[in-house]
Amino acid sequence: MSAFEGEALSCARGGRVVFSRLDFRVRGGEALVLVGPNGSGKSSLLRLMAGLSAAASGRLRWNGEAVAADPTAHRRRLHYVGHLDAVKPALDAREILLFTARLRAGGGKARAAVSAALETMGIAHLGDVPTRYFSAGQRRRLALARLFVAPAPLWLLDEPRTALDAEAVARLDNAIAAHRHGGGLVVAAMHGGPYPPEATVVDLAAFSSPLQ
Amino acid sequence: MTAMKAFWRTVGRDLQLALRQGMDSFTAVVFFVLAVVLFPFGVGPEPAVLARIAPGVIWVAALLASMLSLERLFQLDYEDGSLELLALAPLPLEAAVGAKITAHWLTTGLPLIVAAPVLAVLLQMDAAGFVALVAALALGTPLLSLIGAIGAALVLGARRGGVLLSLLVLPLYIPVLIFGVAAVDAAVFGFAVRPHLMVLSGLLLAALVLVPWVTAAALRQALE
Repeated sequence: MSAFEGEALSCARGGRVVFSRLDFRVRGGEALVLVGPNGSGKSSLLRLMAGLSAAASGRLRWNGEAVAADPTAHRRRLHYVGHLDAVKPALDAREILLFTARLRAGGGKARAAVSAALETMGIAHLGDVPTRYFSAGQRRRLALARLFVAPAPLWLLDEPRTALDAEAVARLDNAIAAHRHGGGLVVAAMHGGPYPPEATVVDLAAFSSPLQ
Repeated sequence: MTAMKAFWRTVGRDLQLALRQGMDSFTAVVFFVLAVVLFPFGVGPEPAVLARIAPGVIWVAALLASMLSLERLFQLDYEDGSLELLALAPLPLEAAVGAKITAHWLTTGLPLIVAAPVLAVLLQMDAAGFVALVAALALGTPLLSLIGAIGAALVLGARRGGVLLSLLVLPLYIPVLIFGVAAVDAAVFGFAVRPHLMVLSGLLLAALVLVPWVTAAALRQALE
């Protein structure tokens, strides 16, 4: 069973300590929810987990092995959905997902995977529509659909419910539950519940530096 | 093998985007033609004068045209989050950078090479220099895309990045300009062209090896 853990993590942005000495641990099937006021470092922690930025101190481990030892393997096992949807207005939904599918999983069943992913997020009818006509919620659904085109055990989601309607939130919750059921790990920054069932909640305010 | 496929897919995606955005990618070659066409109006229609300055005019216009499109090389991907996803893809960021530069050259450098001989005719350039001009541009324009990529990555996130970019990149273009023009002049005056093309080839090889690493490092810095 996979396990992802962080040990004594500290993060500094712009010369200011955002959080320090933070520990976390997620195992296969578990969910970790990051909460805290604006600026408490939820996004910073997620970017750090993804390897987009480096921690000021501390270590990340996957199954007991340092993530820094093999960054490529780490990238291969994670999906990161940040604040930005990475949606190109000139392309249609299917083309955008096909690129991700082929880049990450490579050839073969990419088309079938894309159709299934569009179905999962309830935008199958929008597959051939240029995304410049998409609403904010539809763009968000498309960004989340990337999670399904190439399987990866670790999902890092930054406020995934932003701009989603109730129906899409239900779809996302179901997808997270299915991912966990299949042994996947989920780390999500969230503002307000309901949180995924039996999730571990980490309040980043508790790790903010006392010196600031 | 899979890395090679992912590389060409990234090139394909950028080409697809460039074609969809239509006019955007042709701005460089349109600018190139317009800038060169302005010179006969500026310096007068004297064939001897035009023929003498033709190589320099074509090269300077190519430099500026190539730079015009550089700002968009990473900027849009940076703003919409695509760059983060590229940085997190299994493909090394260095390879993704190489793919984006390849696509940039195919959409801006290649049309310049095609347009240059026509403009050389317009400027009454000696026919002896045509082959050297195309050969020098074929070696020089990829070099322009490569050197420019470093600048484009370094100015990411800066306000008014375009101005900063020209300040950074234009001085680095000078060697390309010198040897590019020298190759054409040598051909026109009957001297050896080879040494100049060899220098351009050497610069191109060095840039091919170094630029992806430097640019990827700059992009990682921008994403921090």
